[in-house]
Amino acid sequence: MNRLVPLGILALAILAFATLMLVIAPAVQIRGMTATPGLKPYTEQQLRGRAQYVAQGCVYCHSQQPRSVDQAPDAERGWGRASVASDYVNDRPHQLGTMRTGPDLFNVGARLPSRDWHLTHLYQPRAIFDWSIMPGYPYLFELKARAAPGEVVISLPDRYRPKTGVVVARPEALDLVAYLQGLDHSYPAPPLAVRDDGYSEPGEPR
Amino acid sequence: MSLTIGLLLGLSFVASLLALAFMIWAINNNQLRIEQRHAYTIFTEGEAGQADDPTAEGPDVHHFDVERAGLDYVSKAPVLLLVSSGIAWLVVGSLFGLIASLKLHWPDWLDSSAMLTFGRVRTLHLNLVIYGWASMTGIAVALWVTPRIFHTPLRFPRLPIVGAVLWNLGVLAGAIAIARGWTDGEEWLEIPWQIDILLAVAGSFFVLPLIVTAVRRQVDHIYVTGWYYLGALCWFPILFAIANIPYIHSGVQEATVNWWFAHNVLGLWLTPLGVGAAYYFIPKIIGKPIYSYSLSLLGFWALALFYSQVGIHHLIGGPVPTWVVTLSIVHSMMMFVPVIAVAINQHVLVARNLWALKESVPLRFVSLGALFYTLASFQGSIEALRSINSVTHFTHYTVGHAHLGVYGFLSLILFGAVYYILPRTTGRQWPWPAAIAAHFWLVVTGFLIYFIALTVGGILQGLAMLDATRPFADSVRVTMPYLAARSVGGGLMVAGHLLFAAHFAVALLRRDAAQPDRVVPSHPAVTT
Repeated sequence: MNRLVPLGILALAILAFATLMLVIAPAVQIRGMTATPGLKPYTEQQLRGRAQYVAQGCVYCHSQQPRSVDQAPDAERGWGRASVASDYVNDRPHQLGTMRTGPDLFNVGARLPSRDWHLTHLYQPRAIFDWSIMPGYPYLFELKARAAPGEVVISLPDRYRPKTGVVVARPEALDLVAYLQGLDHSYPAPPLAVRDDGYSEPGEPR
Repeated sequence: MSLTIGLLLGLSFVASLLALAFMIWAINNNQLRIEQRHAYTIFTEGEAGQADDPTAEGPDVHHFDVERAGLDYVSKAPVLLLVSSGIAWLVVGSLFGLIASLKLHWPDWLDSSAMLTFGRVRTLHLNLVIYGWASMTGIAVALWVTPRIFHTPLRFPRLPIVGAVLWNLGVLAGAIAIARGWTDGEEWLEIPWQIDILLAVAGSFFVLPLIVTAVRRQVDHIYVTGWYYLGALCWFPILFAIANIPYIHSGVQEATVNWWFAHNVLGLWLTPLGVGAAYYFIPKIIGKPIYSYSLSLLGFWALALFYSQVGIHHLIGGPVPTWVVTLSIVHSMMMFVPVIAVAINQHVLVARNLWALKESVPLRFVSLGALFYTLASFQGSIEALRSINSVTHFTHYTVGHAHLGVYGFLSLILFGAVYYILPRTTGRQWPWPAAIAAHFWLVVTGFLIYFIALTVGGILQGLAMLDATRPFADSVRVTMPYLAARSVGGGLMVAGHLLFAAHFAVALLRRDAAQPDRVVPSHPAVTT
């Protein structure tokens, strides 16, 4: 190996081949897909909430990709059926995640539909679960003497309640909760929908 | 589906034909003839057989090396600027890492500001240590080693200075963006694409001088380190550009691009920078060539072929096509081939010269880094197996593995390289030799605590999550002591970095009359 040009050409050809296999071929297979029947587009508020989800970095502790029953008990935990590629057609940037310091959230809206629950939990997770290591997001809330009309006051146990006044949700918190409530992919997936079936026998339910 | 398989088979066939044609050409032109004598390219005449460690020379030894004094002098300014920047980012980046680690067991600490929430601090840590510390220091080492293996001075040595300034601005702007919540939102690609343009421009200021230096080389043979560096220079700009193009990727398809990129940052950028440096410094310090030079050819091309396609093992069990997951798992297993090739070359040389480890702390850093490369790669291959992945995926185990690679492997090699480079470049000894050993023991002890804690904690977390009879809360509770232990290990690592940074600053800024600057020729020793 004494020549630069062949080295460069071969190195680039190998990368091109990898790009073909990992980027272009999956794109050909996936991009033409239409949404899974039952998937709702995001509302304006949910999109703003999704931007909060991205900006706060929720993805570093929460996945959005339940695994199949052959691999893990995700469905038994209430995280939903195994997700398929066409469940994500509205997602940009994708938030599949690689970490479960906290639970999977792909169906958190179906599992925990209450807005007030989410607001309390976002303000101080340990007000609900003593074992939680999720950070609180007090900066998405405001401490006020009394709530103005239309503002949402969050309920807190004595331990976390301010001595005077009330805690109200800022619009960012309400948007984020609207997004979380909208995370509901409990509609059925078509039998041939694309996902990694490496853990199941052909024809098995997933 | 049938179309996809047919298409893939057809494309693989064409690719194989092209590769075959290329191989016939290469054999015809003696491109594959690699001889052990080529491994001596790194030595100057009469130099082989002598150990060479600037930190082990007493203050009275006057080292002078006519050819390299000229080469190193030309590269001095860009190398020192890049190394100083890299170390500064290391200190800041690892402090953010420590904050993120503490937050996992003190969740109410520093929770009043969006900038200091876990999701941002953790992201700042990753981006600063990868694009600040590892990339800048890795480029500095490449700029310094490349002229030495090509026996010709660095061309356009002012360009990398401009590049370093722009790159620093890019990393700083990226960090501010992330801290303020402006992010592209994908792991390893958080820096907004508008700022990535600045980084791409800065990168070209490093690529051009290195390519021109390679073209003007004064040796017939390109030493193995040069293959890795040239490969990395071809690959990273393309990866970075394609992955950052805005508005074209979405949904699951974007996830495959994301992990194609993210794993290739490790495989085709950071790994070549680290392995290339190890291939230079281990034989150079010991004074003997690597064990089997022809084996290094297999190691390099197998790395290129297999490492470039492992990325989708980050999406095992996810909503992506089965075939692409399987492809990445197969390539992950094939990674044993290049890793064993590199391991034989480097570890056999070190194992036959254990005396040198005792005498040279830089060699200790580099060869331990090389050993961690072998371990991290083996671990990564095994982690990609479906049965293992079901336990370890989504857990802290993966974080431990990532640090075995980027810290245990790459960062240790870069530490060793900096300890070797600085005295040769400035002509002055390190002021506190004991601090080098202290740095070594602090970061190695800290890292072992870090790694073992996350490995054990991660496995327990994964097993709890797979057990349907246990509530999810168990998978959190079971990790708590291990997360605390990780902070202890991380604290020791940060202490080592602070010591390293202080030592480097003193070594660079101190003017000691007792040790005059090495005499350097006013012109490069070799000109073209």
